[in-house]
Amino acid sequence: MYEGAVQDLIDELGRLPGVGPKSAQRIAFHLLQADAEDVTRLVTALTEVKAKVRFCEECGNVAQGERCRICADPRRDHSAICVVEEPKDVVAIERTREFRGTYHVLGGAISPIDGIGPDDLRVRELMQRLAGGEVQEVIIATDPNLEGEATATYLSRLLRTTVPDLAVTRLASGLPVGGDLEYADEVTLGRAFEGRRRVDA
Amino acid sequence: MPLYRDEAIVLRTHKLGEADRIITMLTRGRGRVRAVAKGVRRTKSRFGSRLEPGMVVDVQCYEGRNLDTVTQVETLAPYGDAIARDYTSYTAATAMLETALQLAEDLEPQTQQFLLLAGALRSLAERNHDPGLVLDAYLVRAVAVAGWAPSFHDCAKCGAPGPHRAFNVQAGGAVCSVCRPPGSSAPAPETFGLLSALLSGDWEVAAASDPRHRRQASGLVAAFVQWHLERGVRSLRLVDRG
Repeated sequence: MYEGAVQDLIDELGRLPGVGPKSAQRIAFHLLQADAEDVTRLVTALTEVKAKVRFCEECGNVAQGERCRICADPRRDHSAICVVEEPKDVVAIERTREFRGTYHVLGGAISPIDGIGPDDLRVRELMQRLAGGEVQEVIIATDPNLEGEATATYLSRLLRTTVPDLAVTRLASGLPVGGDLEYADEVTLGRAFEGRRRVDA
Repeated sequence: MPLYRDEAIVLRTHKLGEADRIITMLTRGRGRVRAVAKGVRRTKSRFGSRLEPGMVVDVQCYEGRNLDTVTQVETLAPYGDAIARDYTSYTAATAMLETALQLAEDLEPQTQQFLLLAGALRSLAERNHDPGLVLDAYLVRAVAVAGWAPSFHDCAKCGAPGPHRAFNVQAGGAVCSVCRPPGSSAPAPETFGLLSALLSGDWEVAAASDPRHRRQASGLVAAFVQWHLERGVRSLRLVDRG
């Protein structure tokens, strides 16, 4: 046990995800030895993230203002919405540079065992966005696990009945690039077969 | 490093750290097991979809101090995938998995519970019957296997031959007019018929039942299960009854 301020810092750091007591101690001593300037910069970053960051009114992604950078960008295609579970998924899709439309963050997936039903997600907000009539396509990009698949099933059923003209698509599922076929599990390999495409010579 | 191999149904998964998951499963020979599957959330994981809830797998683990670690998995039946393609079946399946999770005991062979759950999941995946009926049939039989078999014909207290008019959860099912505790419900005679059909597996009678009696039956089954588990089954509230 250290005295006062050092121990307080170690305790606070130890509450962060993935930081155990030893790592917390190492970070605390690193901060003690660092320049005062560096520490002040970290402190401002920490206070600002809490004060400034909000959730985009339109898509629910993390944003600095009322709308996030993607929703506010006039060059983005506002007729396509990609539905994802978490803000982290937006970043993952943005990295591909394949998609030029907008996003909608649900804030999780339907999981009755954890007490999360469709009403706990931002489904109503999605339906409000679709009510404008500008949207042509909804791409459902929830995680390819059981909860994500069930959320996709729920959404597609809901969208088909309420907005019949809308194109609803689901991300393809298949073999990871750089993987081995023999190690692929049956369901993934089965989906890869289901979604195979013709090779144009 | 003691290794073991068993057939298992994945009941629930929890995220652990960056890319790992804690898998809670119902095994045939060792009851409820909690094991860590390393790196399953990475796209390059060798386990892939095999350790998703509702999958029946052949699993190899090595024992740890409090959590085991999954080393190899083979799929025996990928029911989870087919179930997730229908929202009603999915909500029914999660309620079954949660009930199994609460009923199962650690380190005890659970062959009957295992076979019952595997059968119920197969029925959901193959769309043999209405998902709501499959769920109620599973719930009634699961508590029966666990030792709290309800009585839907003879009186649960004195054994007087039925049929009776009243149903009491605390008493254990149908009660005669003499034993009837205050606060017992009085379901329709058809509901009693449906409940017995679900318990005994008479699907013809069950499929011919009226939606009104099905609703009444599922209400009674839910109350009965949760009374014996001594806690709520959260997924039951979110079951999509179409």
